[in-house]
Amino acid sequence: MRNRIIRIIIGLLLFIAALLIDTDRQWIPMTIYLIAYITVGGDIVLSAASNIFRGQVFDENFLMAIASIGAFAIGEYAEGVAVMLFYQVGEHFQSYAVDKSRKSIAQLMDIRPDFANVREGENILLKDPGEVNIGDIILIKPGERIPLDAKVIEGTSTIDTSALTGESLPRVVEPGSEILSGCINQTGVILAAVTKMYEESTVSRILELVENAGNKKSKSEQFITKFARYYTPVVVIAALLLAFLPPLILPDQTFGNWIYRALSFLVVSCPCALVISVPLSFFGGIGGASRRGILIKGGNYLEALARAEIVAFDKTGTLTEGEFNLIEIHSREIDKEEFLSLAAHAESFSSHPVATSLLRAYGRPIDQTRISDIQEIPGKGVVATIDGRKVSVGNDKFMDEMEIHYDINKSCDSFESCDIEESNVSFVSGGTFVHLAVDGVYAGYMVIADRIKNDARQAILNLKASGVKKTAMLTGDIDPVGKDVAARLGIDEVHTQLLPQAKMERIEELMTGLSKGGRLVYAGDGINDAPVLARADVGIAMGGLGADAAIEAADVVIMTDEPSKIGEAILISRKTLKIARQNIIFAISVKILVLILSALNLTALWAAIFADVGVTVLAVLNALRTLGIHMTASIKKKKNNR
Amino acid sequence: MKKTFKLEGLSCAACAIKIERGINELEGVDSASVNFLTAKLIIEGSEEKMPDIIKGARKIVKRKEPYVKMVEI
Repeated sequence: MRNRIIRIIIGLLLFIAALLIDTDRQWIPMTIYLIAYITVGGDIVLSAASNIFRGQVFDENFLMAIASIGAFAIGEYAEGVAVMLFYQVGEHFQSYAVDKSRKSIAQLMDIRPDFANVREGENILLKDPGEVNIGDIILIKPGERIPLDAKVIEGTSTIDTSALTGESLPRVVEPGSEILSGCINQTGVILAAVTKMYEESTVSRILELVENAGNKKSKSEQFITKFARYYTPVVVIAALLLAFLPPLILPDQTFGNWIYRALSFLVVSCPCALVISVPLSFFGGIGGASRRGILIKGGNYLEALARAEIVAFDKTGTLTEGEFNLIEIHSREIDKEEFLSLAAHAESFSSHPVATSLLRAYGRPIDQTRISDIQEIPGKGVVATIDGRKVSVGNDKFMDEMEIHYDINKSCDSFESCDIEESNVSFVSGGTFVHLAVDGVYAGYMVIADRIKNDARQAILNLKASGVKKTAMLTGDIDPVGKDVAARLGIDEVHTQLLPQAKMERIEELMTGLSKGGRLVYAGDGINDAPVLARADVGIAMGGLGADAAIEAADVVIMTDEPSKIGEAILISRKTLKIARQNIIFAISVKILVLILSALNLTALWAAIFADVGVTVLAVLNALRTLGIHMTASIKKKKNNR
Repeated sequence: MKKTFKLEGLSCAACAIKIERGINELEGVDSASVNFLTAKLIIEGSEEKMPDIIKGARKIVKRKEPYVKMVEI
């Protein structure tokens, strides 16, 4: 690198000296030009020669050597030196730009842990994460990167998951919490038992995924590869024709003039600007997205995402939390806390989802001494004696059976017409009513429901704003619940009570509605709907953090469980594609312009080469913008949230 | 089976494409890809032919970019 700069400077000084020398003796400037040429371009001529021996023609060195030697041959010494000089300067800038992008990418990928502190007996040993086994106990100090996926056994702390999820809010961990490799431990020292080998750990999987994303090439990249294959030979042949045909056919034309024009062809015959900058744009886009917790498995998926026309969702776990929660308590006489305490104690031995949600809502230990007799009636409810009182908890049928009168307004299919507090309405989806009676007297009811995710509505709005034509929801859930959720979120089309096979049929039906070039995106949890994920143009798995199956099945994995990231992914894809296209159009048009100008003898050789390497450098710098896309995308998101 | 190599000193993007194309044409290769930015070569191909594939790949790399070292990782 240094060496090249010194050579460029010496060459440049000699070049200027030769230009300024005013002498009648021709050989003096000629000799200086020759020395300048050898200083600057000697290595290029040498490697061109050795490449020819290895059967490599048409490489950059060869073309530059021919162009500059050709210039000397027709007596344009200054041009010959200028070609090499500008070529070397361009190469220097180019390698600087490539170096910089490699560094930016390395920085982006800098989630690889360097070491693990492994406890062996009394000692803590520093080990390579690859040498740590499942079950080993590792110690993670504040500020250190978590080396392997593990489970905390001692200590509490907060961890920064932003490298994996793009989420800036730290997560609290305590004994029993799963921690993922690649996150950074922030506040406390924790001891954890390793649950996965390094190769299977989240950090390795993400890195592998992003690095391999280059294998699945986008149409633009395929185009460049093809273009590069034909461009150079075509331009070189055109140069040959241009050099020799016109002087042979046209009267009064000298070879020197036409050869000079042809030499300009040679210096722009490398497709470098394209072959570097286009893959770099895609790589940058994919890398930038990964920092936002969006893993895109290939340039082709990025391209498809940018053309998303229909976005279909699974309901449970994708738009809703997929977990039953206690939403409302409507009690009479007994206060709400006591009401919940009675319900939780009565249900404390059941494994039914309703029981689980009640116990979670109660959140305190169950006092076994209060309970004396429990009887569960499957499909209906539970009767228990608590504090000497007979407590019945169950559904409508259960109340009917015991001839207990309940008086909620059962005509409401959805909650809109029921008397649920306004603040909770937007989060409720598909609820179950659970009644409670004490000693045969009706005491009230609770509503247990899955919640719609906080950002689900915003997610749909964002998609619509970004130009997605149709949103659809496919769910196995019953009709009223599905329709209710779709209506709340503003989803255009909803299909309910679908078995997995039927989901597939619906997806295919939706795909027939796509316009030419439009793509269908399906987002699911990646566990139950793997075939549908595979069938859609782009299958997005939600909540991939820690779920291996989802990472395998999908084309795009969203590490967090936020559906709003889908819109963000589309935004990043579009921006990336736009930058890649800018580079393609910019580079090709400059090349064509130079070719035309040179053919018409309107440009000097040195200007042609300057244009060529200049384009490469500019295109690389433009491509580097893709790395920063995630920042602009997140800023926009914040604005929308306001 | 899949093999990954580092192409140390890879500095020419057009050569990266040529190397990729050359290796893809080798017998037994299902897919080969060169990532210019990470300087990585990934070859997928039949297990029994892998030694020949790697030998062929080394030859191609040597011919296209004599200064590049192909190191298995």
